[in-house]
Amino acid sequence: MNKWSSRQTMIMAAAALLGTGTMAAPADDISGAGATFPYPIYAKWAEAYKQQTGIGLNYQSIGSGGGIKQIEASTVTFGASDKPLEPADLKQKGLVQWPMIIGGVVPVVNIPGIKPGDLILDGPTIAAIYLGDISRWNDAAIQKLNPKLKLPKLDIAPVYRSDGSGTNFLFTNYLSKVSPTFLQKIGANTSVQWPVGIGAKGNEGVANQTTQTSGAIGYVEYAYVKQTGMTYTKLLNHDGKYVDPEAKAFQAAAANADWGKAEGYYLILTDQPGADSWPITGASFILMHAASKDTHTVAALKFFDWAYRSGQKMAEDLDYVPLPEKLARLVEKTWQDALQVDGKPVWPAK
Amino acid sequence: MSNIRRRKITATIALGASGLATAIGLAFLAAILWTLFSRGIGGLALRVFTQDTPAPGSSGGLLNAIYGSLVMTLLGVLIGGPIGILAATYLSEYGRTARLSTVIRFINDVLLSAPSIVIGLFVYTLVVVPMGHFSALAGALSLAIIVIPVTVRTAEDMLRLIPQTTRHASAALGAQPWRTITSIVYPAARSGLLTGVLLALARVSGETAPLLFTALNNQFWNANLNQPMANLPVVIFQFATSPYKNWQSLAWAGALLITLFVLFLSVIARLISSLFGPRENRVE
Amino acid sequence: MAAITIPYQPQLRREARVEWAFRGLTVASAALVLLLLAGVLAALCVGGWPALKTFRFGFLTHEVWNPVTDQFGALAPLYGTVITSLIAMLIAVPLAFGIAVFLTETCPLWLRAPIASCIELLAAVPSIVFGIWGLFVLAPILQHSVQPWLIDTLGDLPWVGKLFRGPPYGIGLLTAGFVLAIMVLPFITSVMREVFLATPRSLKEAAYGLGATQWEVIWDVVLPNSRAGIIGGMMLGLGRALGETMAVTFVVGNAHRISTSLLAPGTTISASIANEFTEAVGTLYTSSLIALGLLLFVLTFIIIAAARLLLMRMERRGAGV
Repeated sequence: MNKWSSRQTMIMAAAALLGTGTMAAPADDISGAGATFPYPIYAKWAEAYKQQTGIGLNYQSIGSGGGIKQIEASTVTFGASDKPLEPADLKQKGLVQWPMIIGGVVPVVNIPGIKPGDLILDGPTIAAIYLGDISRWNDAAIQKLNPKLKLPKLDIAPVYRSDGSGTNFLFTNYLSKVSPTFLQKIGANTSVQWPVGIGAKGNEGVANQTTQTSGAIGYVEYAYVKQTGMTYTKLLNHDGKYVDPEAKAFQAAAANADWGKAEGYYLILTDQPGADSWPITGASFILMHAASKDTHTVAALKFFDWAYRSGQKMAEDLDYVPLPEKLARLVEKTWQDALQVDGKPVWPAK
Repeated sequence: MSNIRRRKITATIALGASGLATAIGLAFLAAILWTLFSRGIGGLALRVFTQDTPAPGSSGGLLNAIYGSLVMTLLGVLIGGPIGILAATYLSEYGRTARLSTVIRFINDVLLSAPSIVIGLFVYTLVVVPMGHFSALAGALSLAIIVIPVTVRTAEDMLRLIPQTTRHASAALGAQPWRTITSIVYPAARSGLLTGVLLALARVSGETAPLLFTALNNQFWNANLNQPMANLPVVIFQFATSPYKNWQSLAWAGALLITLFVLFLSVIARLISSLFGPRENRVE
Repeated sequence: MAAITIPYQPQLRREARVEWAFRGLTVASAALVLLLLAGVLAALCVGGWPALKTFRFGFLTHEVWNPVTDQFGALAPLYGTVITSLIAMLIAVPLAFGIAVFLTETCPLWLRAPIASCIELLAAVPSIVFGIWGLFVLAPILQHSVQPWLIDTLGDLPWVGKLFRGPPYGIGLLTAGFVLAIMVLPFITSVMREVFLATPRSLKEAAYGLGATQWEVIWDVVLPNSRAGIIGGMMLGLGRALGETMAVTFVVGNAHRISTSLLAPGTTISASIANEFTEAVGTLYTSSLIALGLLLFVLTFIIIAAARLLLMRMERRGAGV
């Protein structure tokens, strides 16, 4: 008798547990996946949005390549990529793309005795490091840029992104612009073949690996640097000035961009002119299907609209650059013109 | 040195080395458990069990991940367990000596050792893509596929332990094979079958790779099987490789929880086997 | 007199129908096992076909893994898988042998069960825990103490030295092999222990009677008698090592490169799939990853088949004595 009732109780408990799953009302969760570059701000926005409206935005940072792949397979409502797709690609895949947030990619190092902002580097030197041409920190080329610093005789351990990522794209795009050898040997793309170094997954992985490995150099989106206090470096920009990575440097780089003229918003902000410009700045993009049957599309657009209007302070706290108002309006007009669900235009939402 | 002396010294050295090997093995276990406990306990707080996974820098817990893991592993075992036991029933009762059974046992062994990531790929292509989205159901299915060969192996072993005499006696009374199996064999092998299922449950609790491409993960609470669901292994994977301290401590807390759960299941399985199992295992 | 119930025709027919259904159910479940394997193989073949068709045999022999130019070669992951598993076996098998010997011969009786349980506890630890332990605890120790020592002492030797060159990253092929060794240790140990315990007493007592030392009995009597089981245990461990994903992904370094140094980062088949699948864009990239999965599956299949054949042959020859 006792054995029966305890067994029965267990079965009922298991059934109740599973039952909650099937009986629950379909969640209003919007699903998105992609770039790790904007992940900190998307997660912060999603948390705040859920508190305000109760609607969840489940964003998984699996890399820009992953975002593109999942939106193509329509397994998510929107994809996110730091590498903008070219207009021809967009047309062929039936996707619409727009910028959501602007940020900067920052080189980070782990050298004993060097504090954030101490080390100065420039594009060609970084390119040489990742090509394997410079392998010790006290190399003449690095020492020349840092006459006042005493650099140790430490092996350089370059850390790169092992997954397909827009951060990779921005970084390699910049290095290809400033170093012809880099362009020829490695090239610019979301995933490239690196001749030396260790691979880590996601911005998080590179940040983690760099802090764990003595002598490492890596590149991550600035929000990761800010939240963890990593040792960033200064960079020499297009105009020959040394700049620190910060919101006003990213803003300066984005200031001259003419988004209106760019078809599909295809614009890459690396190596921009301007005395205060940060050389590795970039926008992160959202991808959605032009014509879809996804009922979550409207909810997603409402979230993005909310982010444009109310999410600015949160973005600035993490040293991202929110989109200027004019650009946000331009993007929302694109939603109106280009996005349809079940054959009907989906914005402005009723 | 005399021959005997040399041989005795060799024996002492060799046996000493074996003691050293054991010490090394135990040392690794101690090191891993020590790290788990010291880093995991620090992350354990009430909120781990009451709050969902947080954004970087915010405070939170593992509630949605714990729930998701429980649901998916239970579902996986509920689907895979009976199928495994039924297949084992065929191998042990109906087709014990058949040629087909040898082939099935071999295939089962292959599936047993199949890399779980390949199973995840399989379910991704067959379920996730046609469905159009990641879901907890796909995750549970991939776990079920891992449970089946494990259960078949242990269940068949357990069923074969039941002496043929009981089956013959039942048949002599006029019972059909199904009646013999369900009324005589299953109850007799009950504890062994339960042990097998518990071990399968323990095995899939720690599986990460198959869930990566099927259930994905979820930042928030989700109880809908048709949507991506958070789960402990993938959350640990994501959080541990991140640079945020709050995420890293949650990852260790989660790792501690999974290990404790698996250990608990193994101990329960061992207990059932020694208290109710076949005579040889019993410690009466 | 108590009435004896005699089953009458309708009940017999009903029972026969249930029997037909039940037996059918068990056959279907058993067939499902076959179907699953066939399904997995089929899915992998279909998915990997574009890559195999494009690269043909070159897929197995080229190292270049370049998503930009759509050139994919499986040599680096294959090399990494084989090397890490080899390192794991080289470390785990002697250790497992030692532990099994200790537990069956030297250990005081009251300690045997507790220590055996402890070793089996290692098997209960989920693989992802091995991964993060490897990354956060083992790798820094290797990076700051062990690897520099290896580079200093062994790095300059003529041939062996090539295996131990390069900056001490802490992660890489050697670390991955190390972690794998700890993971497969309990499995090989428990199989070896079972087989040692199954040695007939008479055999051992005869050897003792001839004046053999404890070690000689183990080495010359127990070991040869247990050959089949040991091979089986090794194959079990090898199979696990080849397919292990999470423990390896954290510590292998994720570099699609073949280096002679064991201290260099590399990649294995499962680590490559785990890292790159969700974001592979383009049919050839995805297909290459699935082809990698197929490769791994076939490799595991071959190892298990070989182990089975070996065991069957040994059984026929009588435990190889």
